[in-house]
Amino acid sequence: MLAAVLSRRRSLSEHISMLYLQVLLNGLVLGGLYACIAAGFSLVWGVLNVINILHGTFIVIGSYAAYFAYVYFDIHPLVSIPIAAVILFFIGYALQSGVINKVVAAPVLTTLTLTFGLDLFLNNLLIVAFKADYRKVTLENPLGVLSLSGITVPIDRLAAMALALLLTGLLFWVLDASRVGRAIVAVRMDREAAALMGVKVKKIYALTFAIGAVMAGAAGSLMSLIYPISPLNSGIFLGKAFIICVLGGLGSVPGVMVGGLALGVVESFGALAFGPEHAVTLSFIILILFLLFRPTGIMGKRGFQ
Amino acid sequence: MKRGFWILAAIIVLLLPWVGNNYFIRLATIMMLYCVLALSWNFIGGLTGYPSFATAAFFGLGAYAGAISQGQGVPMYLAWVIGAALAAIFATGLGLAILRLRGHYFAIASLVVADVLREIVNSTTNLTGGGMGLNLPVLKLGVDAQAKLFYYCMFGIALLTIFTAAYVMRRPLGFGLGCIKQNEDAANIIGINATIFKTIAFSLSAVFVGGAGAFYASWVNYIEPGDVFDILFAIKPIVMVLLGGAGTVSGPIIGAIVFLILEELVWRNFLTFHAGVLGLIVVFLIFYLPDGILDLNYRRWFGWRKN
Amino acid sequence: MNPILQLESVTRKFGGLTALDEVSFQINPGEIVGLIGPNGAGKTTLVNLVTAVYGVTRGRIFFDGQRIDGLKSHEISRKGIARTFQIVQPFPKMTVCENVAAGALFAGGAKSVNEAKEQALEHLHFVGLADLASHSAAALTLANRKRLELAKSLAMKPKLLLLDEVNAGLTNVEINKALALIRSLAERGITILIIEHLMKVVLALCSRVVVLHHGQLIAEGAATDVVRNPRVIEAYLGAHFVNQRQKEN
Repeated sequence: MLAAVLSRRRSLSEHISMLYLQVLLNGLVLGGLYACIAAGFSLVWGVLNVINILHGTFIVIGSYAAYFAYVYFDIHPLVSIPIAAVILFFIGYALQSGVINKVVAAPVLTTLTLTFGLDLFLNNLLIVAFKADYRKVTLENPLGVLSLSGITVPIDRLAAMALALLLTGLLFWVLDASRVGRAIVAVRMDREAAALMGVKVKKIYALTFAIGAVMAGAAGSLMSLIYPISPLNSGIFLGKAFIICVLGGLGSVPGVMVGGLALGVVESFGALAFGPEHAVTLSFIILILFLLFRPTGIMGKRGFQ
Repeated sequence: MKRGFWILAAIIVLLLPWVGNNYFIRLATIMMLYCVLALSWNFIGGLTGYPSFATAAFFGLGAYAGAISQGQGVPMYLAWVIGAALAAIFATGLGLAILRLRGHYFAIASLVVADVLREIVNSTTNLTGGGMGLNLPVLKLGVDAQAKLFYYCMFGIALLTIFTAAYVMRRPLGFGLGCIKQNEDAANIIGINATIFKTIAFSLSAVFVGGAGAFYASWVNYIEPGDVFDILFAIKPIVMVLLGGAGTVSGPIIGAIVFLILEELVWRNFLTFHAGVLGLIVVFLIFYLPDGILDLNYRRWFGWRKN
Repeated sequence: MNPILQLESVTRKFGGLTALDEVSFQINPGEIVGLIGPNGAGKTTLVNLVTAVYGVTRGRIFFDGQRIDGLKSHEISRKGIARTFQIVQPFPKMTVCENVAAGALFAGGAKSVNEAKEQALEHLHFVGLADLASHSAAALTLANRKRLELAKSLAMKPKLLLLDEVNAGLTNVEINKALALIRSLAERGITILIIEHLMKVVLALCSRVVVLHHGQLIAEGAATDVVRNPRVIEAYLGAHFVNQRQKEN
């Protein structure tokens, strides 16, 4: 009788630790996607010193691209990423050369208000074009669920997370190993010195912004599997990008990964502890706490590697 | 000349409700609301040079404080004072925390506060009605009488704001804030307690906005989080001050008036896309008017000196 | 007589670098003391510590008998210490008069902006900038900007004035005028600590000289003695030169 009671208690604690593991895994999977959301934003902020309010809307455009590619052409969102990427590349490059380049050196008030205005315009365009209703990508043939001793994860999400981390890693590699990437880092460190060494700074700015937009579009494609799609969601994505940049430390790709994973885990456990509707408030409060006490983030580093 | 102009303007404003229809009165009330928002932002953004995006947070906070108070039976005017006071206290606390952050981080922190407050209001449904919004008791007055009443109340709040702004700019406080804007380190060295000055400016940027928020709640009788914590309440005052010129009393007022006219034109002509066109206007203004319309024209016309 | 400024074992480290190492000395009221030493010796750091641009790592600083090393910049300014900067930092968008008025208003005891402006004009007269009063501060020549700094510091009614390389970039004529100005400041009863590179200024002005090298105080005394001190010569010119000199003697 005593043995029966004891064995029952053991499996209760097993249940609890499995719950925590599941929540942790959910958080990590989400976090990988979050890292991709923030990578482009961090790049633009770090290199151009511009906080790109349009980033959220870029992500939404990427989501729409994936949605329409799936609904009209049957292309799986994970595969249609290049489509979103190309669209956003042109939008980003055009915006930067046309408009944002003029205010790169301006005070934060000017750049923030400017990108706000642009975002207002672009977002409204989306609402007029696609309506504000929420759409969802419901896969007809989901890849199924992966199950390991009681902990489950949908394979589509896992694949999305893997792709997200891959893209973020790709960005890091490009910055580290390619000529263009090194030029971007050089401009970030010292614009005038880079110009003296023959780097066409304006072009690099445009390219950086475009890359940021591409990352946003790719993230949007991936997010279409998880989040409902609507122009009204742009603010949510933007907010997450902020938090991740501050959590992980501005200007480094590893920082973005750390920040993204941290946010995913925090939201996951926060939803468990306080309910999903409070998870967002929790993450904002953490943002403010970090801004006050540790603005350099968990990693405490500044500047791109 | 200067005095005469403003007295004339005040008389016109006082008489307007008796010669205009309710639509005009409503528009004029909004115009004075915009003046209050712009002049308030001017304290922290124009005079002190700190890019605050917290106006939306203060407005929403005041709106809910006022609405909840009125729901508890507090008389309307007192509820407005409560809204103003709560916003000011909140700003003091917030300011002590975030005013030591540098440019970008301060801007973001001030921006995020509105979102945080909105989410909190959304979730504390018992107190605030959450996402379903809050109704306010309707006054037992006819429509015309109500329109006039609220018009004059807003006028009162606007006058308070204007006089405070004029007073501050003449006093050492205003002078010191200008020093802080140009060189905060040098300001500290000559004996300005920058921390206290900045916090006062930040609280000033909140008190009338909070009162206006509570007023707004009483005026429209129904508020919801997305409505009063709308980020546009943070952006529009900035654009107005950029339009009219920072650092003076008349600048933000003129900026508010011009912005409202632009906004009304856009509303009437671009119903579905008005937000988008507004965005374009903001972009255009940022590009071409960094120092304000005032700098270009009116000084030459009126021969005035800048404060 | 109590010293007006007293440093006790003042040390300041920046990470691994020790900018000031156990520096102790004092300044008496009415003196003009020179603070000299090669580049990087810690002279500006010392002034920054006194005016609380940053805090001391160790040690204590007393002003007029009161401990000031924990206070904030603006509090110290109001107690009666004023300083000039090597790279002059006016308020660029204000006029010359307004710049000086700022000092009068926030540390000099003026009760209103108008009163501060009146006092400012007096100080501008004293330094010779009165006819530029309504000009923009940003448009001044270097020499005039230095005079503006001086006028602004004067407006703060200081008991102790810390001058940081006021003569850098000035011509000989301008330097002589500056010397006369500084002497008349001392005649008004203001104690002065002057960081200087130019020996002729130090010898002409200072009753006493303090020498820093690598953050340490290596010599102190009358100007003419300090200049002959072998340690001081070594600091400026290197040990080799000192040996040579001794061989020659």
